Amino acid sequence: MIQIDNLQKYFGQLHVLRGIDLQVKKGEVLSVIGASGSGKSTLLYCINGLEQIQGGTITVDGVEVHDKGTDLNKLRQSMGMVFQQWNSFPHLTAIENVALAPKIVKKKSKSEAIEIAKKQLVHVGLEEKLNVYPSELSGGQQQRLAIARALAMDPQYMLFDEATSALDPELVGEVLETMRLLAEEGMTMICVTHEMGFARDVSDRVAFFNDGVIEEIDTAENIFENPKSELTQKFLSKVR
Amino acid sequence: MENQISFFSSFGLNDVFFMAEAAYRTLLISVVSISIGTVIGGIFGWMLFEGRISATILLGPILDVFRSVPLIIQLVLFYNFAPIIGFDLDAFESGLVILTLYTAALVANVVRGGIASVGEPMRRAARSLGMNYWQDLRYVVFPIGVRAIFPSWVGVALGVLKDSALVSVLGYVELLRASQILMTRTQEPLLIIAVAGAFYFALSYPISRFSASFERKWSQ
Repeated sequence: MIQIDNLQKYFGQLHVLRGIDLQVKKGEVLSVIGASGSGKSTLLYCINGLEQIQGGTITVDGVEVHDKGTDLNKLRQSMGMVFQQWNSFPHLTAIENVALAPKIVKKKSKSEAIEIAKKQLVHVGLEEKLNVYPSELSGGQQQRLAIARALAMDPQYMLFDEATSALDPELVGEVLETMRLLAEEGMTMICVTHEMGFARDVSDRVAFFNDGVIEEIDTAENIFENPKSELTQKFLSKVR
Repeated sequence: MENQISFFSSFGLNDVFFMAEAAYRTLLISVVSISIGTVIGGIFGWMLFEGRISATILLGPILDVFRSVPLIIQLVLFYNFAPIIGFDLDAFESGLVILTLYTAALVANVVRGGIASVGEPMRRAARSLGMNYWQDLRYVVFPIGVRAIFPSWVGVALGVLKDSALVSVLGYVELLRASQILMTRTQEPLLIIAVAGAFYFALSYPISRFSASFERKWSQ
């Protein structure tokens, strides 16, 4: 379980997250929607310990992320992260991209790591691209490669930071399909997204972010059919 | 007329061997200083990138001095200054020290740029997989950065190889110095300069070819 209490985050003078309280249970899919600059992505970076926080706590499976004694490198293995820019390692083939972290972080043998990588690449539908360099893959394939790379660490949680917003429109579908597949398999996911269709169909709950606070959080159905907050209504009427 | 004494003798096969040996000395001082200078420059470049206060304040200006002061002045100054502070260095050793530091200063800035070129998002992706700082540096930043800076590094290496000719002013008999000696004896400057040029080309060309094939391999 991911438990966030009164999270405060500043970038210099800028107060980006103003007291976030949030709980994500095992097996739950939470979508985070809201305008650009409302702090959605920053929240993911904080959960993964890639950003320092200035107040409050984030606890993942009972471990406080920003505690000095926390081994972040170990904790991060339980949280896969997928970025807007897919950031595949350009000097490695697809299978090497996925096998790298299991090999050097989890100290798996080479053959074990390759085995894991193959399995995850099949999982995301890249079984025909095992020995291809990222430069020869489309954006959608590279993003699926990034998902496979994260899955290879056998994470308990997956964090998606606008995984489809840098993609050409015709490539968005294949990545969403992969994410949908993960959700069906019971993966716990937090998805920062602009894809309202995905948020509505796949998520258990949806959180609407506005100006560094969670304006409204509810089941996907309630948020989309029956939003209580005026700001949520306004936002949804704009993006629809 | 028959008893005329000749002060000059013409360029012969022995002289080619003499120049080949000098070319070997050019190669020796270049290879050693480029190798050590690259390692030191790599560490300096990393320090500059990490931007610890001491590195930025102290190291930056020192490296700027080595990059800005003409190499020939550095060589003469150091060669004469070293004995004063108790280092009895011959021409080869003095030249080696200065060429190494000169290489390090140039490589440091190239490496800093190379690390920066990898970019924060890529490094965050690596860290998000559970890699620690050093694993990220070793398995992600290094291989990507090396490919990015390789052409610049080859430029530095070729530059230092040719600049090593300046060590001749200290009396180290490398290719240029050997040519001067032969020119004085044979009075055939054009021929000898042409041969010296051919030797420099023979030393540099394999490096260019070698690096070009590397880049082709990487670009796929």
